[in-house]
Amino acid sequence: MYLPNQNEFFIDPARCIGCEACVQACSECDTHKGHAMIHLEHVDRGQSTQTVPVVCMHCESPTCAEVCPADAIKKTDDGVVQSARKPRCVACNNCVLACPFGVPKMITDFELMMKCDLCYDRTSAGKKPMCASVCPSGALYFGPRAQIEQLRPRSTPVNKFQFGRQTVATKVHMMAPKGPAKAQYVDVTDAMNETGRGQRISLDILSTMYVSEEQP
Amino acid sequence: MSKEKLKANIWAFVVTAILARLITLGSGNLDRFDAALVGYTFATLFAAFGITRRYALWLQRPPTAMYWTRGWKVFFLLLHPRHIVSNLFRFFQRLFVHYAFNDFIWRRGRMRWLAHWYIMWGCVIAGGITFPLVFGWVHFASEPDNLEWYRVRLFGYPTVAFPIRSLVGFLTFHGLVWSSILVIIGVLLALRRRLHDHGAAALQEFGEDILPLFLLFAISVTGLMLTASYTWMKGYGYDFLAILHALTVIFTLLWLPFGKFFHIFQRSATVGVAFYQDVGKQGEQAKCRRCGEEFASRMHVEDLITVEQQLGYHYEMPDSPVEHYQWICPRCRRVLLGLAQGQLWSGVRDQESGIS
Repeated sequence: MYLPNQNEFFIDPARCIGCEACVQACSECDTHKGHAMIHLEHVDRGQSTQTVPVVCMHCESPTCAEVCPADAIKKTDDGVVQSARKPRCVACNNCVLACPFGVPKMITDFELMMKCDLCYDRTSAGKKPMCASVCPSGALYFGPRAQIEQLRPRSTPVNKFQFGRQTVATKVHMMAPKGPAKAQYVDVTDAMNETGRGQRISLDILSTMYVSEEQP
Repeated sequence: MSKEKLKANIWAFVVTAILARLITLGSGNLDRFDAALVGYTFATLFAAFGITRRYALWLQRPPTAMYWTRGWKVFFLLLHPRHIVSNLFRFFQRLFVHYAFNDFIWRRGRMRWLAHWYIMWGCVIAGGITFPLVFGWVHFASEPDNLEWYRVRLFGYPTVAFPIRSLVGFLTFHGLVWSSILVIIGVLLALRRRLHDHGAAALQEFGEDILPLFLLFAISVTGLMLTASYTWMKGYGYDFLAILHALTVIFTLLWLPFGKFFHIFQRSATVGVAFYQDVGKQGEQAKCRRCGEEFASRMHVEDLITVEQQLGYHYEMPDSPVEHYQWICPRCRRVLLGLAQGQLWSGVRDQESGIS
């Protein structure tokens, strides 16, 4: 049963400290007990400390559901894209490969695709998703929009993402800089040649060390 | 009417007509057809129409159509003399482990598996008994020289015979009782899980998850009540119970094309998917155009690009050597999300510090 509320999900990867509290908490959710559905990616582990928490963005027109040959992925009336329906999923991996955010997980043992469902047992009852309830840095935030806008005056929520020629609108928002020119969308493919934050610093340190060792 | 619907209707009509013809043929032009079961027969014909129509519509969806075409291509590829033995072995192994034992449900949870296994085998046994009897394909006839013996006649042809008052006779004539017991146990286990599991409670829907259980329970209980009526109660309320049982069965048959029951027909696709994946693993692999790691078969990625284009998605990247976002592996897609946000903030900082 869905209880409408004013809360929305906001992700702010720049705030992530890679503590993995979200990963641990996620596996305690009743709808996917024992399996963490959140991804915590190290951008470039050897060079940078930057980490990215990735939850399902719950697209308005979910590519995963459209490419599912078994019609197993459904969206609830309140816009939450659910894990594949157990009787229908044929474990073909289409959704895993097609999701532009790289979210669905194929649980090979179960022959079933599972993904973040916004802790539907909790959010449909007005509670926070597990990950947002434990995130210490606010990288994963679940609450009223007015509150996050007040807490982060330099940021603004954006829910449009560009992948090549495709624009994807989502239920989950990403915090983007407010000014000087407000971002209308996050161009993901534009970051193809970007490297992890801190990489330049670490490379500098490494090169300094290398040079200092070379010096007599 | 759309082209897809017209095609699906034609297929549904053809399959229903074939089934109707098979019923008249198999029952000796209705000579061996039990008129009391005519309601079940028509409900089955309607169900055949509905199931075929939905199946045909389903097969025309771009991703399903792709798997359907690819599945048959792969199937004929695997019939090559060099692969046929290993593939037939794999096919039968899958048939047993996946369909008969439900290994994947076992791994999802023991209670879930037990519930499904009881329900599935109860339904398989009940279907195996009911449909041939309803269609007049199988009937029992007394032996002319010994009325204590029954002979099973298949399409009118005599097969095995057994004494009526024997263990074989008892087990055979109560086949639907055994299947009802299996279904009732399975339904109760499934309902118990649905009542106690918070996760299931949050996601379940009445039409999709609860109604099928109620229908199976109703069929089984009314069926058992019929047996109880003629065995111990001298046929008390038999006519009413027979109509009630028929209504539950007919409603379930008509519900088959909708909701959860459709997975019975849909799951067969897993065989094709498994072979598609086998062939994909043996072929060229797709390498991520960002990190260079292999992440899927090239065939799968190319097929997905086609399907996405058919669905109206435009993940093409015309000004980039990547060409299409499908060539980026899922891990890099997640990383890019963080990098893209970082890039926006870098842009702001650069502007604020007057770099650009």
